[in-house]
This record gives sequence, structure tokens and C-alpha cells, in this order.
Amino acid sequence: MQTEEMRLDGNAAGGILRDVFTHEMTAALATCAGCGALGPVGALLEYGHRMGIVLRCPQCDTPVLRIVILPGHFRLDCSGLLRLTIPTKP
Amino acid sequence: MAAGTPGVNSDIKAIPEAEASPRLEWRVARVVAVRDETTRARTLVLDVPHWPGHRAGQHVDVRLVAEDGYQAQRSYSIASPPEDATVALTVERLDDGEVSPYLVGELRPGDGLEVRGPIGGYFVWQVAAGGPLLLVGGGSGIVPLMAMLRHHGRADASARATVPVRVLYSARTLEDMIYHVELEQLAAPPLLDVVLTFTRNAPPGWTGYRRRIDRAMLEAVSWSPSAGPHAYVCGPTPFVESVATLLVELGHAPSLVWTERFGPTG
Repeated sequence: MQTEEMRLDGNAAGGILRDVFTHEMTAALATCAGCGALGPVGALLEYGHRMGIVLRCPQCDTPVLRIVILPGHFRLDCSGLLRLTIPTKP
Repeated sequence: MAAGTPGVNSDIKAIPEAEASPRLEWRVARVVAVRDETTRARTLVLDVPHWPGHRAGQHVDVRLVAEDGYQAQRSYSIASPPEDATVALTVERLDDGEVSPYLVGELRPGDGLEVRGPIGGYFVWQVAAGGPLLLVGGGSGIVPLMAMLRHHGRADASARATVPVRVLYSARTLEDMIYHVELEQLAAPPLLDVVLTFTRNAPPGWTGYRRRIDRAMLEAVSWSPSAGPHAYVCGPTPFVESVATLLVELGHAPSLVWTERFGPTG
């Protein structure tokens, strides 16, 4: 599904992230478990595929967050995520 | 990042439900107008029921459902300012795309379209966030920047005067350049400068830039890092990588460089 229309960063993942976390997430701050880089989720690099998304660290390419969309549930792999700070106000 | 909450936090008691309905609902918007911007790009003006309002830079998800149930979903930036009652999307047609040929070629006023949003809290700007504001767009990456520019244009004169804006917009040709007429009209130096560059064919008599955005061009167009401009960069992935890297190399703080990338994949 790597069509040219796909927007390739964490901003585009905003809709799915909102489904999973029920919060606006692109301004949330993620700390990469691979290199310790801290930055907004919206600045992570998104790689979309049929089953979901992978958000990678722009510094070291570690998959920070993987979301797989399955019938009836989401499956998250957060092994590349050290910390996530989610603002509760826009 | 946003300013921290000062000392005493009176918000704790009543957690503000700014997002009263955190789950994003799909809504059927109605197309109220379509406007061709270039031969490949069209603006869709939508009336979205119960639209909660948006901030400049946000996007919506658009969903098309085929009769057999097959769904295709895409994200499109909002081009209209928060001050508008309607929501305008500018979509560029990609010939091998599943969604954009329908949106650009088939959709008519009166048609319905499933959307959800607004989405995004990172690549956003509002007048209160201040500036100076540097907007760097490549191709259809100008769309969310246009929402910021239009929002700036709607602010009252005193607020606007505190935020000078410079736009650097790169397109292959004049025919590919979305909003170029409006950009020329909006330009009012020194408060609002618009600098264009053509990477393939410049129009006849063009005396401006005719190359990809490079270090020298950014240095000439941007403010110095000491002025602390807020830089928003949107375009194809290699464009954004290149411009954002150059800005940081020129001494701009990474935290003041906001990026949004469009395909294609590398």
C-alpha cells in the first residue's frame, strides 16, 4: 500500500493513534528505546502497510511503535518505546 | 513546545474535556463547491456536520467504501483557515492512486464524502504561537501551509503585525504551482514575503530562483537563527529531509522546525 498518496510521517498516523489512545497523539512526546532521542510522535517516520503502521525513530530507525489492526482488536508492540508523554490539553 | 502550566494548577479539579468525544467519528460531509487549482489539483469545499473547528496545519482522514465493502482511506491536509465555517481540502491527483482520481475527477457539489477529523496537534500553528513564521513548501506540501497563511491573514492587523511571514515555495512549473494567484495577492513585503522557485520550467521572463531549494536559498530567504523563526516544512519526504537538515545546519533549533512529509516512499 505504498502509494504516493500515503503521507509518510507520524502526523498521518494521527487517526489510527487517536483510535488506539483516544487522545490527540501527534504532539505527544516519545522517547526512543534505541537511542534515547526525544521528539513528537508527529515527527516519527511512518511506514504504512495493509495491516497497520510502524513508526520509526528519525534518528536511529528503531521501530518505536508498531500497531497492527486485527479484527476486533489493535495489537501494539511498544518494545522500541521508552516513554510516552501525552498532553491532555490541545 | 507549548508553554508549561504555571505554578498553581487550577485545572486539576475539572479536567478540561477539550476533546469531549475523544473517539473520532466518521461523518458524512457534503461537497458545497469544487475549484480547480491546477490541471492536477482540485479544492473540495466541504460542509461537515458538527465540525468542532480546527487549527491551521491539521488534516482529515477521508474514506471511500466500494460497493463490495472494500475501503480505502487517506489523509488530506486542510487548506482553509479555522475562521471558515466550511472545510476546504486541496487534493492532487495521482494517476495510479485509489482515492485521489475520484476526489479530483468525479466528486461533484452535492455529493457526500466520509471524513473524520480534525487530526494532528504537532504540525499546527496559530497566530498566538507567534513567529516570525517561515513556511517552506514543496509541491502539494503547500496545502497545510496555506491554512496557516490564510489564518494569519484573518488575524487582526495588530496581531498580524507581530508575526512577519516568509513563504518559500518550490514547484516544478507554474502550472504545477497551487494557489499561485492567491499567493501573489497575499504578498505584502516586508510583513509577508512570497518567494517562488521553479525546478523544471520557469515561466517566460522569470528572474527569480530556478533550482531546488538549497542552503544558499534558505539562508537568503529565512531570518537568521537568532530571530528564532518558527519553520514549518511540508512536501515530499526527500524535500522535507533536505530542507529540515539544512535549516538545522544553518543553526536553527530543531525544536523550531516542524515537519510534515508526503509520499512517495523512498
